Amino acid sequence: MGQQKNLEGYVGFASLPNQVYRKSVKRGFEFTLMVVGESGLGKSTLINSLFLTDLYSAEYPGPSHRIKKTVQVEQSKVLVKEGGVQLLLTIVDTPGFGDAVDNSNCWQPIIDHIDSKFEDYLNSESRVNRRQMPDSRIHCCLYFIAPSGHGLKPLDIEFMKRLHEKVNVIPLIAKADTLTPEECQQFKKQIMREIQEHKIKIYEFPETDDEEENRLVKKIKDKLPLAVVGSNTIIEVNGKRVRGRQYPWGVAEVENSDHCDFTILRDMLIRTHMQDLKDVTNNVHYENYRSRKLAAVTYNGVDNNRAKGQLSTKSPLAQMEEERREHVAKMEKMEMEMEQVFEMKVKEKVQKLKDSEAELQRRHEQMKKNLEAQHKDLEEKRRMFEEERANWEAQQRLEQQKLEATRTLEKNKKKAWYQKPYQSLSSP
Amino acid sequence: MASTEIARQAGEGARAVPLSGHVGFDSMPDQLVNKSVNHGFCFNILCVGETGMGKSTLMDTLFNTKFEGEPTQHNQPGVTLKSNTYELQESNVRLKLTVVNTVGFGDQINKEDSYKSIVEFIDAQFEAYLQEELKIKRTLHSYHDTRIHACLYFIAPTGHSLKSLDLVTMKKLDSKVNIIPIIAKSDAISKSELAKFKIKITSELVSNGVQIYQFPTDDESVAEINSSMNSHLPFAVVGSTEEVKLGNKMVKARQYPWGTVQVENENHCDFVKLREMLIRVNMEDLREQTHTRHYELYRRCKLEEMGFKDTDPDSKPFSLQETYEAKRNEFMGELQKKEEEMRQMFVQRVKEKEAELKEAEKELHEKFDRLKKLHQDEKKKLEEKKKSLDDELNMFKQKKTAAELLQNQAQQAGGSSTLKRDKERKNLGSL
Repeated sequence: MGQQKNLEGYVGFASLPNQVYRKSVKRGFEFTLMVVGESGLGKSTLINSLFLTDLYSAEYPGPSHRIKKTVQVEQSKVLVKEGGVQLLLTIVDTPGFGDAVDNSNCWQPIIDHIDSKFEDYLNSESRVNRRQMPDSRIHCCLYFIAPSGHGLKPLDIEFMKRLHEKVNVIPLIAKADTLTPEECQQFKKQIMREIQEHKIKIYEFPETDDEEENRLVKKIKDKLPLAVVGSNTIIEVNGKRVRGRQYPWGVAEVENSDHCDFTILRDMLIRTHMQDLKDVTNNVHYENYRSRKLAAVTYNGVDNNRAKGQLSTKSPLAQMEEERREHVAKMEKMEMEMEQVFEMKVKEKVQKLKDSEAELQRRHEQMKKNLEAQHKDLEEKRRMFEEERANWEAQQRLEQQKLEATRTLEKNKKKAWYQKPYQSLSSP
Repeated sequence: MASTEIARQAGEGARAVPLSGHVGFDSMPDQLVNKSVNHGFCFNILCVGETGMGKSTLMDTLFNTKFEGEPTQHNQPGVTLKSNTYELQESNVRLKLTVVNTVGFGDQINKEDSYKSIVEFIDAQFEAYLQEELKIKRTLHSYHDTRIHACLYFIAPTGHSLKSLDLVTMKKLDSKVNIIPIIAKSDAISKSELAKFKIKITSELVSNGVQIYQFPTDDESVAEINSSMNSHLPFAVVGSTEEVKLGNKMVKARQYPWGTVQVENENHCDFVKLREMLIRVNMEDLREQTHTRHYELYRRCKLEEMGFKDTDPDSKPFSLQETYEAKRNEFMGELQKKEEEMRQMFVQRVKEKEAELKEAEKELHEKFDRLKKLHQDEKKKLEEKKKSLDDELNMFKQKKTAAELLQNQAQQAGGSSTLKRDKERKNLGSL
């Protein structure tokens, strides 16, 4: 990403590793180790041998000394110091695992415990006020396989399949001093075959750029799963005081690499890969847990993220922001639609009203016209009648006059006629 | 050995057990260091100062290389930040160095807003990191951290006091970034003036409550050197990439007629101290402070702004799920409320409009009812008129008929109609 620049002199940031070293020592280290296996496989003894201490002693008895009915998950915390480096070591025991007659779901309390540690870390990481975040997540799980010499038991397979994606699983062959080297070889091959067959992902050693380291890593890979022997007792062998198990036929030395793979386990677990185990837990297992948890919270289990695959990389807050924007857009659209519908309906109604008004107006006009026509008719009729009557009356008057005239004439004639006789009589 | 943080954290829960041999976990710091070295380091420096203070030159001198850039002019309209990233390597240590320069700082007439672009830039880097941290699928491990780890503030060598622009800017930045104030081009100040200048600056910073970066004194291996360096703040530096022959060596220096200022001579300037503190001793601490103090403060403020709380009113701590669910419910509730409100508004409008239209309809009907009534009245009048006309007509007809009859009779009766005439006259008279 950046430009390569050559330095023309000593600057001094090569001291950064020292600064980091200094700070890490000051801070101190922590590591959480879980041991799982049936009772009697020598788990406590192995822990004591690994850390050269009596983690489990008479005062603090190991799990096998306690009889359990169901699988428990128990923690022991110890603070150990060596060479100026302080380590807070937490050992998580699972007494009762695989000891019952019916062992279905005996892994569930273990899974729950691992998840609850992830949950604690997630919660403290997500607080608003974050302080020191204690890391109690399980960094490594040592799984003890009984040295049957044949293969993995169904319980072994089931357990590893369920836990390989939650924690770094390192399978170990316990009490390896009951197997001869050849038997051990066979057993290991068989186990690795079965592990591959069931696609179990056990802890893988990381590749490095260093040739030397890669060679070492290859050597370890060839010996997986490691066959270990543990011991609480120190025995004198050839003038040396060693940890071992005394048999009539000899001493099985814990730290002798010809006898067992204990030293490989110790070196790998503690001296070279402790930090890597923590990093894989943090960067892979924890992140898987977290993304699954947050995806569930964001979508409330709805399968929205199937269609929009890329949204799963957003934070829940960004998700809410997106939803807010979507909602605003949706509201705007809804508002527009409602507005449209409203306008349309109003227009309709107004139109109807107008039509109705026009209709009524038309009818009214028609009626008025009708009435006017009738009026006119009537007027006409009256006029005609008046005219006729006037004519007739005029005619009648004329007739009457004529009649009067005739009658008067007649009357006069008659009068004259009547008078005449009277005249004739009276005249001599 | 002093108790470590882990030990303090463990508290009562853990018991200390002795080891009966060498277990080997004392290699843990080495394991950690190896991983860091493989991963590479990154460091981001912000240089704040007026144009011409020698920021770029100082960077070149510090890192013994020539970084990009032409010298800028004084005519910038505002303050912009230019950042460049470089890959440097020294023995097996790879460093991704980002140098951010403020361009145009102090050149404007009105400098009230000068600090704003700087604050925005710093916040933007925090925001980017926060966003990455909050993602569901995140890759923090391979994230290129761009947060500013150190801010070198270049003070002009006036010899008197800090400018108000300096005080204002530093005050705004002190809670966001580690500020290391330096006196630039200090070859312009004499030794006696310098001492007074430093005291003045320090007291002004204190009296204005500006928190500058203090070299940490809690780790014994470096406590002594750090505390002594703290007393030399602010460092008076001179930068130069030009070499001058001194004796039989070539040294970085600035040559004047009256003498040569040697950059790496501790009597001449504090360049060596700066380099020692910034790079060789405290680089990692600067990064840590940025992450655990400044970034956390930013994050806390941002989350509180968004309404996140750590505990509910009963002081019970929220789990992450509860927090998100509560936030989400609140958010959904808000959205639903908005929707409801809009719907209600529409319902209201519809109701109002309906009432309006109904009114109009009613009026219309009333109007026409009135007209209809008028019409009825008119019709009635017309009917009456018609009736009276008909009556008159009938009367007239009768009259006419009667008159005609009479006339006919009169004509029929002819000459000797005296009697008839008398009769008629009588009849007529009686009519």
